[in-house]
This record gives sequence, C-alpha cells and structure tokens, in this order.
Amino acid sequence: MATERAGAVPDRGPGRLRAAARLLGAEAALTFRRPRHLAMLGVLAVVPILIGVAVRLVAGDGVTESIVAQVAGNGLVLTFAAFFVMLPLILPLAVSVVAGDAVAGEASQGTLRYLLTAPAGRGRLLALKYANVLLFCLAACTLVAVSALVAGLVLFPSGPVTLLSGTTVPFAEGLLRAGVAVLYASAGMAALGALALLFSTLTENPIGAISATVVLVVVSEVLVAIPQLSALRPFLLTSWWNAFDGVLRAPMDTGRMGTGLLVFAGYIVISGSLAWARFTSRDVTS
Amino acid sequence: MSPATKAGAPSAAPPPPTDENVTGIVTDRATESTGESTAENAIVTTGLTKRFRGGQVAVDDLDLVVPRGAVFGFLGPNGSGKTTTIRMLLGLVTPTSGACSVLGEPIPAGISRALPRVGALVEGPAFYPYLTGEANLRRFDAADPRSDPRTVRRRVGEALDRVGLGAAAGKRYRAYSLGMRHRLAIAATLLGPRDLLVLDEPTNGLDPQGTREVRALIKEVAADGTTVFVSSHLLSEVEQMCTHVGVMRTGRLVAQAPITELRAGTAPAIRVETPDAGEAVAVLAGLGLAGAVHADGVATAALGDAAPERICAALVREGVAVRGFAVVRPSLEDVYVRLTGEGFDVES
Repeated sequence: MATERAGAVPDRGPGRLRAAARLLGAEAALTFRRPRHLAMLGVLAVVPILIGVAVRLVAGDGVTESIVAQVAGNGLVLTFAAFFVMLPLILPLAVSVVAGDAVAGEASQGTLRYLLTAPAGRGRLLALKYANVLLFCLAACTLVAVSALVAGLVLFPSGPVTLLSGTTVPFAEGLLRAGVAVLYASAGMAALGALALLFSTLTENPIGAISATVVLVVVSEVLVAIPQLSALRPFLLTSWWNAFDGVLRAPMDTGRMGTGLLVFAGYIVISGSLAWARFTSRDVTS
Repeated sequence: MSPATKAGAPSAAPPPPTDENVTGIVTDRATESTGESTAENAIVTTGLTKRFRGGQVAVDDLDLVVPRGAVFGFLGPNGSGKTTTIRMLLGLVTPTSGACSVLGEPIPAGISRALPRVGALVEGPAFYPYLTGEANLRRFDAADPRSDPRTVRRRVGEALDRVGLGAAAGKRYRAYSLGMRHRLAIAATLLGPRDLLVLDEPTNGLDPQGTREVRALIKEVAADGTTVFVSSHLLSEVEQMCTHVGVMRTGRLVAQAPITELRAGTAPAIRVETPDAGEAVAVLAGLGLAGAVHADGVATAALGDAAPERICAALVREGVAVRGFAVVRPSLEDVYVRLTGEGFDVES
C-alpha cells in the first residue's frame, strides 16, 4: 500500500512555513522568468534612463521649478522624478498585468485545477499569490529607483540634495529618502495589486482582469483631475500615490504619507476579503 | 466473436468485497452500503447532486461506491456528468446537495488530508507552456504542502521515466506533442505515492499506441494496490483493465457493478429464426431455457447450461421449421449501449 507518504512533511509549524516559502518561491520564479514580465521590467528600467537622457539633452534651456528640471543639478533627484513620471500609469500597468493574471491566468490555462488538486489549498494559494504580487511591486519600484539612480549619477553631478522646501540635505540622507519613496510607492502599488487580484478571482479571462484594473486607474486619474469632484479624492487610490513627495520636504511630510498608507491598507483589506470570499467558494470549472 | 472470453483478465486480483449493493446491475439507491465502510472504500458519495446556475442538473442524486483496490471504470456518454462528478470529488466544484468522501475524508472539509494521496488528471493536460516538462512537475509538486522538497528531483525523474518522457524532460512544454502533453499530465499524477488515481478520460486524443501504454500503466499502478478511478465514454477502452464499472446517463448513475456481474448480462443466448416462432418458444421453455420470447419471426432464450445441438434437435423433432439457429453472445459494449442508449428505461 502506498501510505508511507504520511508524515513526509509535518502539517503545521516550521514545516508548514517552509512549504509556503517553497510555493512562494515557485510563484516568484514563474513571475520573474516569464518573458512577458521580463520585457515589462525592462521597460520599467529604461524609462528613467530616457528621462535622464532627455533632461541632459535639453539642459540649460532656462531652468524651471519642476522637479524634472532639478535633475540637471543633482543626479539623485532623477529617482524622484522617475516616480513622478511613472507612478500615475506605467508602474500601475505593470502591477495590473502581474496581479490581474495571478488567478485568472491560471484558470484560463487550466493549471488552477491542478494547483488546487495538488492540493495547494485555496486560501493558502490566494495568500501566496498576493505575497508574490507584493514581491513584484517591491521589485518593480526598486528597479525604477536603482535604474534612475545609476542613470542620474552617470549623467549628472551628485552631491547634497536640495529638497522641494528649499532645504539642502547630504547625499546619504537623500539616498535614505529615496529608499522611503520606494517603500511608499510599493505600498501604493500593493493596494492596486490587491484590487487587481480581486478582479482576477472574478473571471477566467486574465485580459479582462488586467483591463478592468487599468480602466479603473485611468478613470480615477481623470476623476482626480476634475476640481468639482474633489470630494471624491480622499477615496481614490490614485490621489495618494504621489504623496511620496513628502520625502522631499523638510521635515518629512509623514502626515499625508501616513494617511496614504491607511488608504492603501483599507484597499488591501477590503479587496483581500472580497477576493478570499470569492475564491474559497467558487466552482472551478475551467 | 466473444469479447467476454477474450478479455478475461480482470479476475486476477478481485478487490475486497463490498458487493451488497451491486447484486443487480441497476442500482437505484446504494445507501445501505455507503454509510458504514468509508475505510474500505476509496470513494463514497451519497445523494451527490450538482445543479448549475441556470437550473441545469449536471449530476443527480449520485450514490457511488468505489472499493479500495478496485479499478473502477466510470462510463457514460459525453455530457453525462462524469467530469462534474470528478470535480466534486476533488473539491473543485461544491455540490448543491449530498456528500462525498475520498479515502475516508469528507470533501471538501478534508481536502488537505485526502488529496496529497490522490493523483488527478481532470479534463486533459494543463501546464505552463514556457516551462520545461520537468519544471512544470516541480511547480505542481511545490503546491502540495506535504510533499518533500528533498526528494523532488528523484520523484520528478521517476515520474517522467515512468511515462517515457525522461528524454524530453528538459524540453519546453510548448514544444511537446499532444501525446507527450498527455503523458506529462499522467506523470504529474504519479509524483508521489498515491492511494487513489482519478483519471478523467486519460486516453482522450491519444493514438492507439498511446492508449495501450496508458492502459498498461494503469494496470501497473493498480497492481501496487492503488485504487484507480478512470472515466471514459468508451467502454472498450477500459473494460480490459476494470474490476468495477459504473455507468452514467444524463447525470444519473444507471448501473454500478463488478465487471463480472456486468458480464452476466453478456451470457450466451439462443436465437432461432423460424416462421413458427410461437411453437419454438414453447419448445425452448419446455427444455427449461429461461426468458424465452419471440418477435418478428425470431425466438430467443438464454442458453444457460443447455447444449445448443440438443436444442436444435428438439426443435426439429417438434416440427419447428428452423431457418436459422445461432448462439449469440452480446458484447459488454452491447450491454453498455443498452444502459446508456435511448429507449431502455433503466430508471423504472
């Protein structure tokens, strides 16, 4: 009889964590080796370089007060400029593709049924899918920052950083502030990722989940831009993404960033609960 | 001519007896046997029903008992509810009503305990096209929290070798042929020691050579004591390896029996073509043959132990004009078609 399997790996405790880490590793390997995702990460790395090169080419044509223009004075500022340019659409697009595909992609491919009969466990699989989305958000934002930093240091002078509020801080502190910006941007993307994952559990069509997320981002960017709808702003995810510029003030504007983090947490909790309710009860017929 | 004798293999290792409910081919309710012995049965369902949104009933009040050690052929035409049943057994679909247990664990509550010991192939292969065959198997192995990562390399290698994909392990799934994809799906069911294999149409789309290989593999696995639950719309594909058969028709289980009993329906019969059919029936009945009837100038009766030549002589002696005389053996396929086909009211 084939019963010697029992007890191969314990059901709880460290064995369980190790098994979860193993599945997360497999998820991450799938995400970061997939050609489509690699191409996307490539784009994310190239955009900051393009911004840097563009600024370098037009530098000296009269200085404006915009942060992009400040890049010419200090390479480190390119990191912040890159987030200003990429947070509204490019980064959300990449996160939507990965998170929107997470469950619906497996469903449309048919692999979901084999993951569930492995058995991965529905709640467990969803949690690890989201953990993988978090990894991707962090990786994407870090990649943008690192690419911008390297391009900035190559193309422009470095040194103490002049903040938006006019104060000058040492280069090391500027780096630290860039690190905080990366974490904040990642959190904002993680909130969007939770929403995309929710859409992903609602359909068997990954394109549907991805485009729903992207449409939501675009619509809410538009709503944010309409002054008459300012009452809506506090509830829209997109209005909190650019609050990372709090790191460019002295002292750091933690108030607005803190509220932003709360909004992100709210989105994550609500989307996560709905996704969980849906995914643990749905019939898998694909 | 005689599929019953040609195919006579499955008597080799009869499974533990759980036959109280299957004395007749037709079972309307197998409840008396389902409650008690989940330990001896690999799969038990009671009143299992699935009604999809829109009211379509895919599976209707199913009472299925698959004894441990059996090779259970789950038969039925396409759309008769086989796959939905299998999806419920694997916890992919929630039953509308009724209950099922797999390896003694209730489903879906006991999925995490039952399914690591179950290898499943549901509705064809599904893998990641940009991963190699080996990486695909590792991926699914990682999803099982109870599988041991230290032995994964060996287990994946063995599974691939077992289905003859050892040489193609490093090729991307995208480049696999249909047959290779199928084999990979079967390899995935063999990643660990299994107590139960659930194979949904395992030979669908395979060439005759592949079909034969799959059949041999199933026999091999079953010989190790693993219960195999294999669905098919073709009886001929599974009859050579099955010890038990269940037959589905439009969502209902119309028959469930050890294959030996189903074969009882294939007992030889006498067929007499004659203008004097009525007299022939009287003669046949007089000889003690059971079930003598006539229609359209043809008299039939079960042969039983009687010697055909004696029957023929008796008919002639009684003055019946015999135009044709034959011993017919219905194939298992005929029985199956009778059970699944139109116009045979087995539910009555």
